[in-house]
Formats: sequence, structure tokens, C-alpha cells
Amino acid sequence: MDKAVITNKLTKKFGDFVATNEITFDVAQGEIFGFLGANGAGKTTAIRMLCGLLKPTSGDARIAGFDVYRQTEQIKQVIGYMSQKFSLYEDLTVRENIRFYGGIYGLNRADLKAKSDQIIEQLNLGSVADKLVASLPLGWKQRLAFSVALVHNPRIVFLDEPTGGVDPITRRQFWDMIYEAADRGTTIFVTTHYMDEAEYCNRVSIMVDGRIKALDTPSGLKRSFGTDSMDGVFQILARGTSTK
Amino acid sequence: MNRFFAFVRKEFYHIQRDRRTVLILFGMPLVMVILFGFALTNEIKNAQIAVLDFDHGQHSQRIIDRLLSSGYFRLRQSLTSYRDIEATFRQGHVKLVVVFPPNFTNDYAHDGLAQVQLLADASEQNTAISLTNYATSIIQSYNNEQNPPNAASPLQISVEPRMVFNPDLKGAFVFVPGVMAMVLLLVSALMTSVTIAREKETGTMEVLLVSPLSQLQILFGKVLPYLLLSFLNGCIIIALGIFLLGIPLNGSLLLLLAETLLFIFLSLSLGLLISTIAETQLVAMFASLLLMLMPTIFLSGFIFPIESMPRALQFISQIIPARYFIDIVKGIMIKGVGLGYLWKETLVLVSMSALLMGISLHNLKPRLE
Ligand SMILES: Nc1ncnc2c1ncn2[C@@H]1O[C@H](COP(=O)(O)OP(=O)(O)OP(=O)(O)O)[C@@H](O)[C@H]1O
Ligand SMILES: [Mg+2]
Repeated sequence: MDKAVITNKLTKKFGDFVATNEITFDVAQGEIFGFLGANGAGKTTAIRMLCGLLKPTSGDARIAGFDVYRQTEQIKQVIGYMSQKFSLYEDLTVRENIRFYGGIYGLNRADLKAKSDQIIEQLNLGSVADKLVASLPLGWKQRLAFSVALVHNPRIVFLDEPTGGVDPITRRQFWDMIYEAADRGTTIFVTTHYMDEAEYCNRVSIMVDGRIKALDTPSGLKRSFGTDSMDGVFQILARGTSTK
Repeated sequence: MNRFFAFVRKEFYHIQRDRRTVLILFGMPLVMVILFGFALTNEIKNAQIAVLDFDHGQHSQRIIDRLLSSGYFRLRQSLTSYRDIEATFRQGHVKLVVVFPPNFTNDYAHDGLAQVQLLADASEQNTAISLTNYATSIIQSYNNEQNPPNAASPLQISVEPRMVFNPDLKGAFVFVPGVMAMVLLLVSALMTSVTIAREKETGTMEVLLVSPLSQLQILFGKVLPYLLLSFLNGCIIIALGIFLLGIPLNGSLLLLLAETLLFIFLSLSLGLLISTIAETQLVAMFASLLLMLMPTIFLSGFIFPIESMPRALQFISQIIPARYFIDIVKGIMIKGVGLGYLWKETLVLVSMSALLMGISLHNLKPRLE
């Protein structure tokens, strides 16, 4: 299987409300895949189905070749997940958080030690390694959360709005980390509201009201919508629905 | 297994970092027991007594007057036969019965030796001991006054204190088992349900569910630290009860600890059940307080005796687990009975635990999807 994610008409309904409506796409191994959409478009719902947290109403999806209905245990082994809500423990220190997540993924003592040292060094957190996560600035927390999501070297990592609420420079640093991970072969599945970040992705899908309205490389999208920015593409798609 | 321990260690970090929790955990039983100590000393003033006077002589009458004017005792009832004693204690107001045998005055005046019996309600051993001590010293000081100084053969009143077993064990002894039931419930059920709700609220629960930890591992990882803490707490309360308040431990300590574990397990099952329903810490907290703590305080017989409740409430009290636990603790500590007597209550607790645990595990299933 060389596709990291394949979906076919994946649908989730909450009662009568269709949160994701027959979405079909695939993501290649090692790709940085941008998953865009306005608030409430259904991005988180889709990610939760792909991670095995939500049972789809209909349709199919495979993660690294594993079926999301029947092979959730295998899927768990190969994915990392950074939820839209904050996914570290504020009342644990930096080091304790790393050791905890490493621990529940079954890393042994020596690996845990090496991993913690490596992450702390990489993120330059040496001076705050034994401070509670609550005391860190948001940008640092997000980068730490990302490193922690990668602690078990997953093949695919799902990032649900990983850079919400921080300044452009901090976001740039975050994306440097994403590129490093992608260079090591990790597939990145990332949602964002920032159009500049969409430019960094290999391919981008844009969701509107539960449906995928466009899916291409950033340059391809700009060409076919006849604008020179991702923002322009997004505006056209979003306006299209609001005036309907 | 290492994964599981990584999880349990994290739970201990949470507990340790949350000062308030630690304070509540270990401060509460202490405060309650100390408050109880105060309640006890208040109770000794104006304790209600009954008198069974077969003598009706001048000495018995004077001793009764002395007792009643001492400020410690108030006469509630004059009895006429031994048979009344048990009924009197059963009502729970009278703590001490003073018995003068026939010919008390005669024996005292002629033989120089007479006997008084003091029967105390043993269900409140501390009170009972203090009351018999006060009464004895009042009687002895009366005796001393009757003796001329340096008499060759002094008059004697022998006081024979006896603890009378109160089959209903109302009153203060209910308090310690009650506190124990409450603290265990609070720690086990409230705290587990709140910490699980907290993970849901902050979003970390999703990350846990995406990890290879199974749902059972997550649950038992949540439960285990509180099981240990609750058990430690239970032991502290038992120790305080025995060494500070002088509650006897007439039965088996091992059985007592085993029953305590059973009750903790039950409370944890309740906590799990609540956490399967509650999405936020606030809801978990209110559910725990309203559904468990309030009924436990008011319906378990801990504060209000079950016998004096309206029928409907008496009926409801049968589904309050603490009620059975309180009976078991009293049974073991005070009556000194074993499983042979307590099997019914134990069985009720076991069935309740199994039921609750079953429902919570069943409820949990869909959350994985
Ligand atoms: N458990 C649920 N029950 C009912 N409706 C839900 C549930 N979860 C999500 N929804 C609804 O589904 C829609 C899509 O939600 P989702 O969280 O997937 O959007 P999103 O694209 O991630 O938005 P955002 O950018 O705000 O995170 C929203 O209208 C939301 O209210
Ligand atoms: Mg979302």
C-alpha cells in the first residue's frame, strides 16, 4: 500500500445533520496534505473518523492500508494525533509529558530517556524541562505537542489546527518542524485556517459544508480559480456557498 | 504492562500537583473525627439517665439527688424493673442507668457495705466510660462524707459499672463508619469521575483513545490510584476511630479491611458510571454530590436514624450502599461478628458493585467508536 490515507464517500451524520458528506480523497505516503475549510466545515469530524475516534455513518476509509471500521488497533500503532484542543497535560512538566506519551506507546526506559533528551534539545527547552507545561508560551506548547505526537515515529500524523492563536514567526517555526518530519518520510495531514500555511502544503483540499469542493496543489488551485493567492481561492469557494 | 504503569504514574502526578485534592483527601477525615470529638464532650454535659431504685431508702435518694445536682446528669425516667432497661437504651436517649438493689440503705447503714450498679450504653463507649467515671466519683465522694474521719471500719459503697450492649447501636458510633463511608465515596467516586471528565474536557481523552492503550487500561489506570488512596484513607479513619475515639475492634481486622476494599470498589464503579455520562468536570461533580453524597449523608442512617424516617425514605435508603457498609463496620468493630452474620450485607454490596461495574463497562463501549 503506498497511499497513507484513502477515503471513499466517507460520511458522518449527527442525527439529520450531515457533518461530512461523501468525502473522497487520498493522501500519498510522505505528503503534506492541507485540509482546509471554514469553521464547522467538518474537518475535525473527518479527522476523528480517520483516527478511529468516531464511527463513520457510511463510506470507507483506509489508513496505511488498515480499515477504519475493523482495524482500529492497527491504525493506532501507525498514527500520531494532535487534537484541536490542547493535547498536553498542563500540570505535568515538559519531561513528564514526553515520558508519559512515550510510555503509553510502549517505549522502554532507555528509549524514553533518549527521546526526552532529544526533544528537549531540539526545541531548546533545556531551561524549562522540569517546569510545568502550563507556564510555557502557547507557541512552545504547540511545538512540544507536535514532537510528542511524533514520539513513537508514526507513519502518519494528524494535526488539527496545530497553530491556532500564535504569531506568524512562531507558525513559521512550527512549519519548519513539519518539513523536517516530512523529510523523514512522515505523512502530514494538517488542518488550518491560515491561507499562508496552505501554500506550504504539497496538496490542499477545501471543504465547504461537509463536502470537498476543491483538491489540488496550491499552484494548480490558483490557476484553475484564476487568482494569485490561496486566500483568493478560498474566498471564491466560501462566497459561492454563502450567496447560494 | 509498562504502558499501564506510565499511565498510573501520570495519575499520581495529577493528584500530587493538586494541593486542594490532597488537602481534602487527608484533611477531611481528620477534621471530621476531631469535630466528632467535640460533639462527644458536649454530649457529656446533661447526659440523660434513668434510675431503677428498688431500695427507696434515704441513702439511695440522697445519692440520686447528688447525681442530678452535679450538672452532668439529668433524670429522664424512673424505672420499675430490670426489663425496662433494654427498652430504655433502645430509645437512645438514656446513656446511663443507676440501679440500687433492695435493702441498699439497710446494708449500707448496718453492714457498712452496699452495692450500686451502673449500666452504661456501650454503643458509645467513650461517653459510657466518662459517664460511669463521673457517677462513680460522685458516689464515692458521698460515701467519704458519710465516714467519720479515721474510722476503724469505713463504710463502703461498691460501684459496679457494666456496659450494656445496645443492639441498635444508635448514636455516636454510627458516626465513624458514616464518616468512613462518606470519605471513601467522595474520594473514590467523585474524584475518579471528575478526573475522567477533566480529560474529556481538556481534550486529552481523545489523544489517549487514539493511543494503543485499551479503554480498560485507561479506566483501570484512572481507578487504581484512587483505590490505593481510598484504602489508605480508610485505614487512617479506622486507626483514628480506634486510637483517638476509643472505638473497640472486637471483630477481625482482616475482614474489616476486606469489606472496606469492597465498598471502595463499589464507589469506584459508581464513579465510573458517572464519568461515562458526564462530559464536564462540573457535571461530574454535581452528579456525584447530588446522586451520591447527599443520599449517603441523609439516608444511610449516618445522621438521621433510619427508623425515624418516613416510610418512603426508609424504602429508598435500601438502595444506599453506605447503609450496608455502616452496618458491616459497626458489626465487625462493635459487635465483633464475622461473615456468618454479615453475609447478607456483604452480598448486597457485591451485587451492587457487579451491577454498577457491568453498566459502566457496557456504557463505555460506544465511546470508542
Ligand atoms: N458530536 C456531535 N454532535 C452533533 N453535531 C456535531 C458533533 N460534532 C460536530 N458536530 C457538528 O458538525 C459540524 C462540523 O464540525 P467540525 O468540528 O468537524 O468542524 P470543523 O471544520 O473542525 O470546524 P472548526 O474549524 O471550527 O474546528 C459542526 O456544525 C458541528 O456543530
Ligand atoms: Mg475543528
